[in-house]
Amino acid sequence: MLSDSLLKKFDQLIARYPLKRSAMVPLLLYAQDEVGHVSEEVIAEVARRVEVRPIEVVEVIGYYSMLHRHPVGKYNVQVCTNISCMLRGADEVFEHCCKKLGIKNKQTTPDGLFSLEEVECLGACCGAPAMQINYDFYENLTPEKFDALIEELKKKEPRSKM
Amino acid sequence: MPGYHSPMGNSPLEVKVISKRFGLPNSSSLDVFVQHDGYQALKKALAVKPEDVINEVKNSGLRGRGGAGFNTGMKWSFVPKQSAKPKYVVCNADESEPGTCKDRPLMEYDPHQLIEGIVIAGYAIQSHQGFIYVRGEYRYLLDIVDKALAEAYAAGFLGKNIQGSGFDFDLCTHTGAGAYECGEETALLNSLEGLRGYPRIKPPFPAVVGLYGGPTVVNNVETLSNVPHILLNGADWYSKLGSPKNGGTRLFCLSGHIARPGVYELPMGFPLRRIIEEVGGGVLGGKKLKAVIPGGSSCPVLTADEIDVNMDYDSVAKAGSMLGSGGVVVLDEDTCMVKLAGRIMRFYAHESCGWCIPCREGTSWLKHLFDRFHGGAALANDPDTALDVSMNILGKTLCPLGDAAAMPTISILKKFRHEFEEHIKLGYCPYEKTVVMSEK
Repeated sequence: MLSDSLLKKFDQLIARYPLKRSAMVPLLLYAQDEVGHVSEEVIAEVARRVEVRPIEVVEVIGYYSMLHRHPVGKYNVQVCTNISCMLRGADEVFEHCCKKLGIKNKQTTPDGLFSLEEVECLGACCGAPAMQINYDFYENLTPEKFDALIEELKKKEPRSKM
Repeated sequence: MPGYHSPMGNSPLEVKVISKRFGLPNSSSLDVFVQHDGYQALKKALAVKPEDVINEVKNSGLRGRGGAGFNTGMKWSFVPKQSAKPKYVVCNADESEPGTCKDRPLMEYDPHQLIEGIVIAGYAIQSHQGFIYVRGEYRYLLDIVDKALAEAYAAGFLGKNIQGSGFDFDLCTHTGAGAYECGEETALLNSLEGLRGYPRIKPPFPAVVGLYGGPTVVNNVETLSNVPHILLNGADWYSKLGSPKNGGTRLFCLSGHIARPGVYELPMGFPLRRIIEEVGGGVLGGKKLKAVIPGGSSCPVLTADEIDVNMDYDSVAKAGSMLGSGGVVVLDEDTCMVKLAGRIMRFYAHESCGWCIPCREGTSWLKHLFDRFHGGAALANDPDTALDVSMNILGKTLCPLGDAAAMPTISILKKFRHEFEEHIKLGYCPYEKTVVMSEK
């Protein structure tokens, strides 16, 4: 079930455009933020709202790297390894993230808390190496900074016993 | 520690026009904006004829800051005066060119400057609706820009009968969801229409057939942020800030092996050597310079011997590269150019939309070739093969993504051929001194 506030947001977004279909990607992204991924229910609801067939929504989802059709961790760790970050040690940082979380690229920890993804340029080149956890930027990363951050996030989670 | 603090440089050599309000407390608010010349240019524009606005921008020499460098006023003048379909202004805030992070501070610290520029553009082409297409990763900027839009509506700088002029203009944000390709203007328009972000065949150009089939101007955030200053201080003042035919200033994003990375606003035509040595404090750790990417990953690299170039569109083009997006990436003497070429190609292979075969196949082949090459399994004819594939992408695709993949690759293959030869001779990377097999 999608929340009332999200459905209200849907209405507001659709009203912005001369063509309802234009709202498709924003609707999918905001729904994903709430549900955790783009579920079948989300696809059906968005299709109904923007007046297209569900297959047309699926077609669009496949194009965008931020839209996930399967659940990802509560904290989606996205490490940039593009050139500006690479030159500042992003490959080493990414390798460290794999070790720290015990997972590889595009995997999720068994407790469902963290996902790890190597991503392309985030637009934080002057603060390289950089990453995003969900929508939050973290810049000038080091293995130590990363560890401290992960521990802090774990502490917030009652279900994590690590 | 979530860092909502875009890195800003601070150099006495800067000439601050579009970044002049950046340091002010609460600079994104309407109050601060209005206290510092905000919306004065809009009032001035609304008092003259739309074609006068276009001419002023044309004469200022303002050129597109997204990368292509086309004269902005000229682009506006291509929009037909009469149109059966509504006209649109679309602000391209899908900043994703590797090495570029300048639109981010413009929206974070001065969203009203951008809004003012968009409304002026709307008035100039007599459009009544605009969209700001923000890349999905910049979610926090949506909040900042949306707040500014609400303030502008409440104060009568947007909506019906703006400042009693009789001119109506509506503006809202739109979020992308992760696709470099959508920075290309026709792909962006498809994306905004709720389709996959494939590029369109040109002509017709968006100025004639754009969003929803109506005449559309698509301009970059930095381009539009310059517009109020041109209206306020005049085309002559603006053009004199830069070098001939390259008006104004430019935000340069200094990254990579540089002592002081950051976004710096410098006059158009500022020498690249001085950007690296004086503005950026030289190569990180006092190392020697090997090469520079002057304007984002799509540009051909310049070697250390080629940095005596003035950073304006024409001079950099003359030097065999492009001013591009303003992303200056500095590479020190210990950088493996084969690894760099491979990483650049991995990006383009990931981002190729797959519409044009030379780009879709070529970028993937090259990615595999470079990965294998850097991983120690280089073949003697690989550099020639890579050059051949690159030359068969160049100029053979609908949008510039193919060219963007081919151009840096060709320059690295030609200017750093000796590094490729060395990999072949040794059987491993001379910089990493070990056989590195990539899993990617």
